[in-house]
Amino acid sequence: MRRAELLMAVVLAIFSAYLMWKSAELPIGWVPERGPGGGAFPFWLSTGMLLSSLWIFVRALRGVTPQSQSTEPYFDSQSAALVALVVGALVMMIGAIHWIGVYGAIPLFFVFYMKIIGRHGWVQTATFAVLTPIVTFFFFEILLNITLPKGVTEPLFYPLYDIFL
Amino acid sequence: MDIIPHLLDGFLIALQPMNLSLVVIGCAVGLFIGAMPGLGSVNGVAILLPVTFIVPPTSAIIFLCAIYYGAMYGGAISSIMLGIPGASTAVATTFDGRPMAVQGRADVALVAAAVASFTGGTISVILFTAFAPPLAHVALVFGSAEEFALMMLAFGTFVGLGGDDIPKTIFSILIGLVLSAVGLDIISGAPRLIFGDIPGFYHGINFLVLAIGIYGIGEILWTIESSRGEVQVSQAVVSFRRVMSALKEMGKSVKTMIMGSFVGYFVGLLPAAGATPGSIMAYGFAKTMSRNPDSYGKGNIDGVAAPESANNAASTGSMLPMLTLGIPGSPTTAILLGGMVIWGLEPGPRLFVDQTEFVWGLIASLYVANLFSLLLNVAFIPLFIWVLKLPFTILAPVIFVLCVVGGYAPTQDMHDVWLMLIFGVAGYLMRKLDYPMAPMVLAIVLGPLAESSLRQSLLLSEGSMLVFIQRPISGPIMGVALLLFLLPVFKSLKRKYASGADTKAG
Repeated sequence: MRRAELLMAVVLAIFSAYLMWKSAELPIGWVPERGPGGGAFPFWLSTGMLLSSLWIFVRALRGVTPQSQSTEPYFDSQSAALVALVVGALVMMIGAIHWIGVYGAIPLFFVFYMKIIGRHGWVQTATFAVLTPIVTFFFFEILLNITLPKGVTEPLFYPLYDIFL
Repeated sequence: MDIIPHLLDGFLIALQPMNLSLVVIGCAVGLFIGAMPGLGSVNGVAILLPVTFIVPPTSAIIFLCAIYYGAMYGGAISSIMLGIPGASTAVATTFDGRPMAVQGRADVALVAAAVASFTGGTISVILFTAFAPPLAHVALVFGSAEEFALMMLAFGTFVGLGGDDIPKTIFSILIGLVLSAVGLDIISGAPRLIFGDIPGFYHGINFLVLAIGIYGIGEILWTIESSRGEVQVSQAVVSFRRVMSALKEMGKSVKTMIMGSFVGYFVGLLPAAGATPGSIMAYGFAKTMSRNPDSYGKGNIDGVAAPESANNAASTGSMLPMLTLGIPGSPTTAILLGGMVIWGLEPGPRLFVDQTEFVWGLIASLYVANLFSLLLNVAFIPLFIWVLKLPFTILAPVIFVLCVVGGYAPTQDMHDVWLMLIFGVAGYLMRKLDYPMAPMVLAIVLGPLAESSLRQSLLLSEGSMLVFIQRPISGPIMGVALLLFLLPVFKSLKRKYASGADTKAG
């Protein structure tokens, strides 16, 4: 926990410094007739971020925060594996949306999540894997008129567009 | 200001068939979301906001407020039946609700929670109706300096009263504000903070991307990690006779519920406080005022009534600054405020003048939502208990899919979906180290307004920061805000002084 606390403060400090540098691409001083420059607001705020992450670091180093005194691990191996698996599944799903679209990725995600992580039966898994995309289609595409990405599956939807749109 | 005719007009809007059915659906959805362990009003409102684009703004906010209300009722269900708070707002309900369930009085506890929620909701809506119009009237004269001072006050409450680690709170506020600055500069139109020249950053970071990331993805990850292992669902027998006798038992708790409602309402007004501390404070007050405080924690019905009336009252309380001043009183209302901007409404006191239908329709719908939450809650207790038995491995993928589709919907850009995932995971990792998330969400919603009011004020004053102190209204507000920022310093000085005195004495 202590190492995680220190590491997080360092990462956040670096991120803040990057934001400061990035904000400074715009004028950060006073622009005549226009007031503060476009970069001023984010620049001074990220300066504040840098200062507070340094402050967090110092406090962690001195052992003031409960996290820096805790000897418990930041992640135990079991939950780290579980969280990594879930995040990995999410990355795969969102990545797959670019390729096979929402209606290809959602069923696969359900099969993976319910079958592999949840160990549910095939009937239950299949019900959710089939029903969720159908409900999503009718709700978002038909009712809300929001076209969701379909990737290579786009041609399959032409008949549906003809019926509903 | 004539409140009664406005309110009657509001009822006409709230009782229109579409709005009424939205209230009922919203309450039901809210009850389910609240009942699920780990998910609360803020998660429901964040995940479902994109769904409301289909209806006009008035109906949309009525629906979301009904979810907000329903979730406040629903949180008690899992607190009592599982002993796990359905949302952080229902933490205090577990103290006595769980022992009651263990003693086989789960139904009494559930009815008590529902009735107390109704009382809290009703009292606070009445207070709201009375206070909101005059406050909005006063706020009408506010200029950019006052607006900025009010926002500082809102952030000040997080630092001074939030109770989280101070530098972590400040960091959370600042990063939210910086993220809101991504995109095109509001005055010069120049692109700024376009990370890696990715075109997706040009349209800025929609607050929903952060809110769904943190309260959708991050929250589920959090729940997956913390809820491993089996939980025991208590049994509840619900019959008409038992409900009636439970109601009779509630008679003793009237005073507690009224006290809880007032405490909750006024604590709820503060941006950093809100329903969670409000309900815990109400529990504490009820215990101190009680004739036999020892019975608390062992299944005292007042111990359920106090926090439940307070958390509902707080949710209404947090809407007061949101509607009248444009400063949200809680993360949930921050998301509602962001929603109002998406719907094309300008939050703030002008709403009461320009959008009377919207404001009064909303206020009236709160009365209606309260009633329906009570009815649905009592009628469907068995159904909610069934929901609690649903394995999380089914709920989690459904919610993830909703997050992904909901994150895509507002901007229709896959870039935002990736960003949402990054925020979700990063937020989860930070939350594990006790970085508070609420200030960040509040800040990204208020960010654009904070920046423009700051820059306008400075432009008018030609760069002098004194403008915030010299104006008659912004001065005192700024003063209080500064006090709040410095409160932790005073506290630590006092502690040092006290310990110094101790060592001298010893």
